[in-house]
Amino acid sequence: MQFMLLFSRQGKLRLQKWYVPLSDKEKKKITRELVQTVLARKPKMCSFLEWRDLKVVYKRYASLYFCCAIEHQDNELITLEIIHRYVELLDKYFGSVCELDIIFNFEKAYFILDEFLLGGEPQETSKKTVLKAIEQADLLQEPRHEYFNVPVY
Amino acid sequence: MPAPIRLRELIRTIRTARTQAEEREMIQKECAAIRSSFREEDNTYRCRNVAKLLYMHMLGYPAHFGQLECLKLIASQKFTDKRIGYLGAMLLLDERQDVHLLMTNCIKNDLNHSTQYVQGLALCTLGCMGSSEMCRDLAGEVEKLLKTSNSYLRKKAALCAVHVIRKVPELMEMFLPATKNLLSEKNHGVLHTSVVLLTEMCERSPDMLAHFRKLVPQLVRILKNLIMSGYSPEHDVSGISDPFLQVRILRLLRILGKSDDDSSEAMNDILAQVATNTETSKNVGNAILYETVLTIMDIKSESGLRVLAINILGRFLLNNDKNIRYVALTSLLKTVQTDHNAVQRHRSTIVDCLKDLDVSIKRRAMELSFALVNGNNIRGMMKELLYFLDSCDPEFKADCASGVFLAAEKYAPSKRWHIDTIMRVLTTAGSYVRDDSVPNLIQLITNSVEMHAYTVQRLYKALLDDISQQPLVQVASWCIGEYGDLLVSGQCEEEEPIQVTEDEVLDVLEGLLVSNLSAAVTRGYSLTAIMKLSTRFSGVNRIKKVVSIYGSSIDVELQQRAVEYNALFKKYDHMRPALLERMPIMEKSASNGPTEIVQTNGETEPSVVDSKHPPPVSQPANQANDLLDLLGGNDVVPVIQTTVPTKPASAGGELLDLLGDLSLSGVPTPAPSVATSQPSFLLDGLSSQPLFNDIAAAAIPPMTAYNKNGLKIDFTFERANPNPNVAVITIHASNSTEADMTDFVFQAAVPKTFQLQLLSPSSNVVPALNQGTVTQVIRVLNPQKQQLRMRIKLTYTLKGSPVQDLAEVNNFPPQSWQ
Repeated sequence: MQFMLLFSRQGKLRLQKWYVPLSDKEKKKITRELVQTVLARKPKMCSFLEWRDLKVVYKRYASLYFCCAIEHQDNELITLEIIHRYVELLDKYFGSVCELDIIFNFEKAYFILDEFLLGGEPQETSKKTVLKAIEQADLLQEPRHEYFNVPVY
Repeated sequence: MPAPIRLRELIRTIRTARTQAEEREMIQKECAAIRSSFREEDNTYRCRNVAKLLYMHMLGYPAHFGQLECLKLIASQKFTDKRIGYLGAMLLLDERQDVHLLMTNCIKNDLNHSTQYVQGLALCTLGCMGSSEMCRDLAGEVEKLLKTSNSYLRKKAALCAVHVIRKVPELMEMFLPATKNLLSEKNHGVLHTSVVLLTEMCERSPDMLAHFRKLVPQLVRILKNLIMSGYSPEHDVSGISDPFLQVRILRLLRILGKSDDDSSEAMNDILAQVATNTETSKNVGNAILYETVLTIMDIKSESGLRVLAINILGRFLLNNDKNIRYVALTSLLKTVQTDHNAVQRHRSTIVDCLKDLDVSIKRRAMELSFALVNGNNIRGMMKELLYFLDSCDPEFKADCASGVFLAAEKYAPSKRWHIDTIMRVLTTAGSYVRDDSVPNLIQLITNSVEMHAYTVQRLYKALLDDISQQPLVQVASWCIGEYGDLLVSGQCEEEEPIQVTEDEVLDVLEGLLVSNLSAAVTRGYSLTAIMKLSTRFSGVNRIKKVVSIYGSSIDVELQQRAVEYNALFKKYDHMRPALLERMPIMEKSASNGPTEIVQTNGETEPSVVDSKHPPPVSQPANQANDLLDLLGGNDVVPVIQTTVPTKPASAGGELLDLLGDLSLSGVPTPAPSVATSQPSFLLDGLSSQPLFNDIAAAAIPPMTAYNKNGLKIDFTFERANPNPNVAVITIHASNSTEADMTDFVFQAAVPKTFQLQLLSPSSNVVPALNQGTVTQVIRVLNPQKQQLRMRIKLTYTLKGSPVQDLAEVNNFPPQSWQ
C-alpha cells in the first residue's frame, strides 16, 4: 500500500497515512485530485479505479470514504478486507464509531492504524490482539486516567 | 500564563468557524500561542501543543515549526509524549526534512527500551518512513529484534526489515539468518509478516528465490492447516480462517512456483483444494480465489488446473458483485494470450459485460472483446461491438473505433462486409475516429475495385443524412470526387442503384463548402472533389463557376486550390484529364515509411506520409516547385522531398535567386556543357554500383548524369517491383579533386507528368580523390511512360568556397522510362 486517506462526503480530510516519501505539496495535490475523482463516482460503480499508475480501492462507510492506493501486484479484494478490518477495529474501540469520533480522536485513529498496519502491510491478523495492544498502550499513558472518553491532553 | 487549551477544545472551537477566513484566524491565533509555548520550552504541555498542531496540519495549515518539538517529545521519558512525538514524526518528519536524521539516536534507544510498546513505536516509525541512512544505521537493531521470541516485536521487526530492504537492498543478506525459523512460528501475526518479508526478498533476488524454494512444502502445510482446521474465532472472517495469511501465502507460492516444475507440482494439490473448497458467497472467499487463480496462471500448473482457474473467472463474471466482475475481466485480459481457447468459452458473458453500467468494467470488457475476436466469430462479435460503439460514452469511442478497424482489417470475411462495417463506424462514431483512419480508409476503398460503385453510393446516402462528422464527410467527398461517374450512372451491383443527377451531387459537395459544420480540411477535400468531377461529369460550367468563386476565398488553402484549378481550366486545359484521372491502386505499405510513393494527382493535400514529417519539409517542397518552374512546367505538381537539407532556409534563398537568372520562357534553357560519357556505360556503372543493384543493372544500363569540375554523378537504375511505372535511380557522386566536397546537396526536378521522390543521402561529404561516393536514391513515377528528363542542382563547398551548379539530364537510357 502506498497511502491511505479518509475523507468526508464534503472532501474534508480526516486521516492521511503515507507509506511513500513525498513532499507536502505533492501530497496535497494527490489528495485533492484523488478526493475529487472518488467523490465523482456514482454509487453503483465498482470499488476499484485506475488512477495515475496505481490501483485505488475505496469504500464508503456512512459519511466517510476510506481510500487506499495499492500497487499492481496487490490483491484488490483483500484490500477491501483490510479496510473493513480497520473499520471493525475502530468500531470496537470507540463503540459504534462515527465520523465525529475520528474527528475528535484522530490521534487514536492513527494509533489503532499503526497497530494494525506497518509499512502498508497488516502486521496482525487477529482483531483481538490488535485491540489488546492498544488497550495496554493506553494504560501506559500519563496521567493515568480512564482512557475512554476522557481527554488526556 | 494559562494552560494551553486542550486538543478537543480546540477542535470544537475550530469547527464552529463559519467561513474559511474565520477558521484561518482561529488557527493563526492558536499557532501563535503554540509558538510562544514552544519558545518557553514548556515540557508539561508540549505534548498537547504538538497534538493540536497535528490537527491543524491535517486541515492543511503549515506545521513545520513543530518538527523539533516532535524530536523533543520522542526523547522524553513519558509514554504519552513518545506516542504523540512519533506520530508527529511520521506526519511531519519524512526523509526530505533536514532534521529527519536527528531521530536516529532516539529510535535506536527506543528499539532497546524495556517497554515493548515503546519498542513498537520505534519499529513502526522506522518501518513507515525511515530514510536510507537511518535504515543503514539501525538495520542491526532490527535484525536483532527479528530473532526475539516476543511475537509482538518479532512481527513488527519483520515488516520493518521489509522497509529496510526496500530502502537499502544491499542489506538484504544480513536478514537471511534470522529468517531461518520464521515459518515455524505459531503466531499468525509473525507468520503473516514473515511471509511478506520472504516475498520481498524473493522478488528482489533470484538467489534468495532459489534459496527459499525449499520452503514450499512448509508453506503448503501451513495453508492446508488453515483450510482444514476448524473454526478459530481469533482469525475467522465470515467462516474463513485468516484470509489475509492465506492470500499472502498464495502470493509467495506464486513467486516460488514460477518457472519451476518441482515447486509447481508440489503446490498443485493445495491449489486445487483451495480453488474448490473456498466459500464464494462473500468477498473474503473471492479474494482468496482470486489470488489462487493468479497463482495457478503464473506457475507451471497442469492444464486441468488452468481450466479450473479460468472457470472460476468465468463464474466471477456472473457474480452480482461488480468488484468481482471487474477483477475477473482484468485477470482474463492477462490470460487471454496464453489460454485463448479457454477464455473463448466465456465470450458471451464477456460481451454481456459491455452493457454493464460501470465504466471500468465496460472498458475491460471492450479490451477483452477485441482480444477475443478471430476469423470464426468476427461477424457476431462485430455486431456486438458496433452496438457498443453506438451506445457507449464518448471516452470509449475513439478506442473502440480503432479496435473495430483493426479487427475488420484482420478478419473481414468479405470486402463488402468490410466496407459496410467501416460505414457503420463512420456514421455512428464518425467524429471520434482517429485522424489517420481517413487516409487508411481511402486506401482500402481504392483497393476494393469492385466495390467502388457500392461504396460511393452508400457514402453519398450517408452524406445526405448527416454532414457533421468530419471523417465521414472527408472520406465521402473524396469518394464522390473519385467515383462520381459511377454514382451518376447508377452502376451499383450490390444494392439497388439510386437515381442521382450530376447537379444533385454538386449540390451536396457545394453544401459542404458553405456549411458551418465543415472543418477547413473538409472544405479542401470537397473543393478538390468538385474539381475532379470536371473530368467525370458532363456539365463543366457549374464547376468552373464554383472554382472561380473560391479563388477569392479568405481561407488561404481554399484560395490556393481554387486558383490552381482555375489555371487548369484556363491555360492548361489539355492537362486536366490526365491530372484528374482515376487513382491507381496504392501500395499497401506501413503508413510512415519514407519509401512510400506519395500520390498527389492534382491534390495539393498530400496523404499520410507528409503529415508525419516535421514542418521544415514544406520549405524544400516549395523550393522544388521553384525548380520545376525552371523546367517551364506548371506549379501544380509538388515534389515531396523526404530529405531535410542541412540549411533549408539558405537553400531556398539560393533557389529563389535562380528565378532572376533564368527566363520563364517555357522552353528549358540549354544545359551548360555537360560532358556525358556515353559508350562505356556498363564499365562505368559497374565500378560505382552498390551490390544490390547488380541484378537490376543488367536490365538498365547506368549512365553518367553530370561530370564537371571534378564532381561526377552517375545514375544507376532498377525497377521497383510492385509498380512497373516506378524507376528507382541511385545517384553516385564522386569527387576527383584534391579536397573534400562538404555540405553536398543534390536536388532534382522532373516535368509535371512525372513524380519524384528523393530519399536521404548517405552523407553530405564527397571525399576527395574518389575515395568514396555519396549515394542517394530517387524514385520516379512515370505513369505515362514519357521520356525521362531531369534538371538537377548541385551545391557544395570546396576548399572553403561554395559552389553551385545546375544541369539538365537528358541522356536517360530508353529502358529507364519505357
